Amino acid sequence: MAELIWPKDPAVNWSVIFEPAQLQLYAEGLLTTLKLLLSSLAVGGVLALFLALALNSRYRWLRWLVGSYTYVIRGTPLLIQVYLIYYGIAQLEWVQARWDAVWPWTWFKDAFFCALLAFALNTAGYTAEMLAGAIRETPAGEIEAARAMGISPRQVLWRIVMPSALRRTLPAYSNEVVMMLHSTSLASTVPAMLDLTAAASRVYSDFYLPFEAYLFAAAIYLSITFMLVGLFKWAERRFLAHLAPRRT
Amino acid sequence: MLDYIPRILEGALLTVAVSLLSLAVSIVLGLLGASAKLSGHPVLSALATVYTTVVRGVPELVLMLLVFYGGTIGLTHLLETLGHTEAVDINPFVAGVGTIGFIYGAYMTETFRGAMLAIPRGQMEAAWAFGMGRLQTFFRITLPQMVRYALPGFTNNWLVLIKSTALVSLIGLQDMTYLAKQASAATREPIFFFVFVAALFLVYTSASLWVLRRLDERFSLGVRRATSWQS
Repeated sequence: MAELIWPKDPAVNWSVIFEPAQLQLYAEGLLTTLKLLLSSLAVGGVLALFLALALNSRYRWLRWLVGSYTYVIRGTPLLIQVYLIYYGIAQLEWVQARWDAVWPWTWFKDAFFCALLAFALNTAGYTAEMLAGAIRETPAGEIEAARAMGISPRQVLWRIVMPSALRRTLPAYSNEVVMMLHSTSLASTVPAMLDLTAAASRVYSDFYLPFEAYLFAAAIYLSITFMLVGLFKWAERRFLAHLAPRRT
Repeated sequence: MLDYIPRILEGALLTVAVSLLSLAVSIVLGLLGASAKLSGHPVLSALATVYTTVVRGVPELVLMLLVFYGGTIGLTHLLETLGHTEAVDINPFVAGVGTIGFIYGAYMTETFRGAMLAIPRGQMEAAWAFGMGRLQTFFRITLPQMVRYALPGFTNNWLVLIKSTALVSLIGLQDMTYLAKQASAATREPIFFFVFVAALFLVYTSASLWVLRRLDERFSLGVRRATSWQS
């Protein structure tokens, strides 16, 4: 069976993948993927912090507004969100008339920015809900104790509630980060972007070697996933030590 | 512009078909995977572990392209060795359903494994003591009780699965995402069509959520839920 699916010659040809030109293409793609991942996590993370606070706001309209945002983001495919920004907003004549000179629109000329915007808005929606849940579940006693010590409500938020909520979000957030890594592969659907998946697609179409091209990319994604999971395990041991089950 | 709407709605039916069929595939694979992981058989459980680890560590899009383009070449070579000469084209519908089912089978494996572990072992032992066979025990004792424990994870997997069906548009299947993209290129009204399709997805996910919540209530009858423990 293995012989049939993996004939020795000429179907499987790994040497092409390891030629310098192809390796360089993969390296460029990997770099774009990592840049996209880190920047959308950074932008999305900051946004999520404020959205999570809004989800716990005392104002009903604000909770409703941000709640609707996260509901829509989490209920629709990321691919459509990418299309909406790249083919929708960035292709509007109104925007294109301005993207040479008028400030915020100049960004839309850049495909990287369009992808980043879509990914950051998306991860912000998911992360905000996780973080809001963690904030909501802060033990009442911790807040009461802080208030009894005379700490002001604002300081309670930033010194007591947030540090603990951020830590308790870590396990769920590690899933989100891995999901985001995988989501960056959708950048390859934007013609002007060369991420890891797009690099694999180019190698495939240049040499007609789909197995090798995509398997190689899959192996790289898998290794980054393992590294991220390891990193978060370490972070959980470091920052959630106080919540770990007692060793027996 | 409105001429495209009926066509997109037809595409929506295809999206529903792809998602339901992939769900069926993933449930079967999930049950097999979970049984393999809990079987205690070293080879079976190692295979299942490799399956869940690798599939959950690689982007869906990459797996889909691998199956679609790689599968075409693989099948052609397979047929060549068997003596046929014609080139084969993999049907994008089959490739899409197969890949999405295969991917979510890995997530279902984890969900079902947890649900099976949550059922007290005594339940199965009692069934065996009554003389039920392994399969009978599974369908009469384990499965009905599993549903309650599996539903939260299952709901989550299903919602993610629905959204990932948009990816089949990238291998040429004419689902609603594909048709919206075509319509927006033809009419130069991308925002209208993408918002329309996004709204259709939202209706689909919201309806699923509603049904699964009712199901959860149904299967959790008789379970006491303490709500005031936090005070």
